[in-house]
Amino acid sequence: MRSKFDEELLQLNNMLVEMGTMIGKSIERATNAIINHDKKTAKKAIAADRDIDNIEKEIETLCLRLLLRQQPVARDLRLISSALKMITDMERIGDQAADISEIAKSLIGKKYTMNLDNIPLMAEATSKMVIESIDAFVKRDLVLAKKVISDDDVVDELFKKIRSDVIELIQKDPTNGDQAIDYIMIAKYFERIGDHATNIAEWVVFAITGKHVSSRKLIKED
Amino acid sequence: MDYDIKISTKSVNLYYGKFHALGDITFDIPARAITAIIGPSGCGKSTLLRLFNRMNDLIPGVTVEGEVYLNDVPIYDKDMDVVSLRQKIGMVFQKPNVFPMSIYDNIVIGPKRHGIRGKRKLNEIVEHSLSQVALWDELKDILNKPGQGLAMGQQQRLCIARALAVEPEVLLMDESCSALDPQSTMKIEDLMQTLAEKYTIIIVTHNMEQAARVSDMSAFMMIDENKIGRLHEYSETSQMFINPKDKLTEDYITGRFG
Repeated sequence: MRSKFDEELLQLNNMLVEMGTMIGKSIERATNAIINHDKKTAKKAIAADRDIDNIEKEIETLCLRLLLRQQPVARDLRLISSALKMITDMERIGDQAADISEIAKSLIGKKYTMNLDNIPLMAEATSKMVIESIDAFVKRDLVLAKKVISDDDVVDELFKKIRSDVIELIQKDPTNGDQAIDYIMIAKYFERIGDHATNIAEWVVFAITGKHVSSRKLIKED
Repeated sequence: MDYDIKISTKSVNLYYGKFHALGDITFDIPARAITAIIGPSGCGKSTLLRLFNRMNDLIPGVTVEGEVYLNDVPIYDKDMDVVSLRQKIGMVFQKPNVFPMSIYDNIVIGPKRHGIRGKRKLNEIVEHSLSQVALWDELKDILNKPGQGLAMGQQQRLCIARALAVEPEVLLMDESCSALDPQSTMKIEDLMQTLAEKYTIIIVTHNMEQAARVSDMSAFMMIDENKIGRLHEYSETSQMFINPKDKLTEDYITGRFG
């Protein structure tokens, strides 16, 4: 019984994984565009934002259809409403990856005035958070979801480091201001991506347990 | 949706004597899909359903204007063989109307009437029909027991099996779950969806949630100020139940009236 429902839930999982993969790719492209001064890659990342918006709409349509036709209750209801919330955060991550790529595009041809080693680290950490939060949803893995929530600290720490670097850069020579603002914006976008990934993981916790968990509370529990 | 059209009506008006029951009904029903006819009591849902197998003919004083086509053939033509039409369009009613005979005989009564003889062939039909409604395993050892001794849900599935035994193309279901408990209802709904891969199914239902769960297309009927039943909105079910075009439809499906 309800085999059709199970089929459609599997489809929902697959589409979320696909959207997660697209976002991961966008973050990677945005980072490569910065590091390699690569205009083509930046453009690709910007263009991919439309695909991410499209898949969000497709998942939203599927969720509405599931709510309508399957009239889910209990864990099924939590699962679908969580998916609907998750895709909003995922779509925002797509926007932010595109925003980073826009800055990367504007930096092309300019010599960087600061060491940017922490940027790929932020990209890697946030990308991993996104992929793992979707994985936690698909596998109903509470431990993994909670790990993602605490991993946001790594991203926040990297942001603080970059912030100090930027302050130092400005103090050293106020004419560095232009680029300094770009760096802090890039770092801030990554930091926000980390927050959205945390939100996704919090929805996964809700889908599995029925309880809302905030990252602060989770840290206290640990 | 990309479907072949199975049944279409063109400007159909139906009168019970002087009473104008259906007004100007024009729509196409897709093949191998489930179409739900919904609407408040007395809006002409069952009359519309009975239009398709000419069951209304049995009511004295009925006049039908306009055209109804099955596979592009006009079924209200003078030359139409109504018996063969009803073989193509089976019907299941609100309450299971199992005949007072064995389970086996309930199934073979239709095929026999259509001239099928031979024990082996009839046995095959019984097994195939009961398998299609997921009753074969449950009933294969008690085929000679009276059909009316079965539980209500099983009786209704037996009625569906009986309708399938004459290999119809269309299945009309008039409130076929309303006498059943939720578990049996769910089984019938699952069954409808499986059957819709092969058959065209048209249901009449008061149950809005059921229409949303099972149907591909929804037809909302409503009486106008002259008490004539009209097709008010007809669209894909997901369209109607997520974003209906008309406020009246929305008020009805959200339980604001009716």
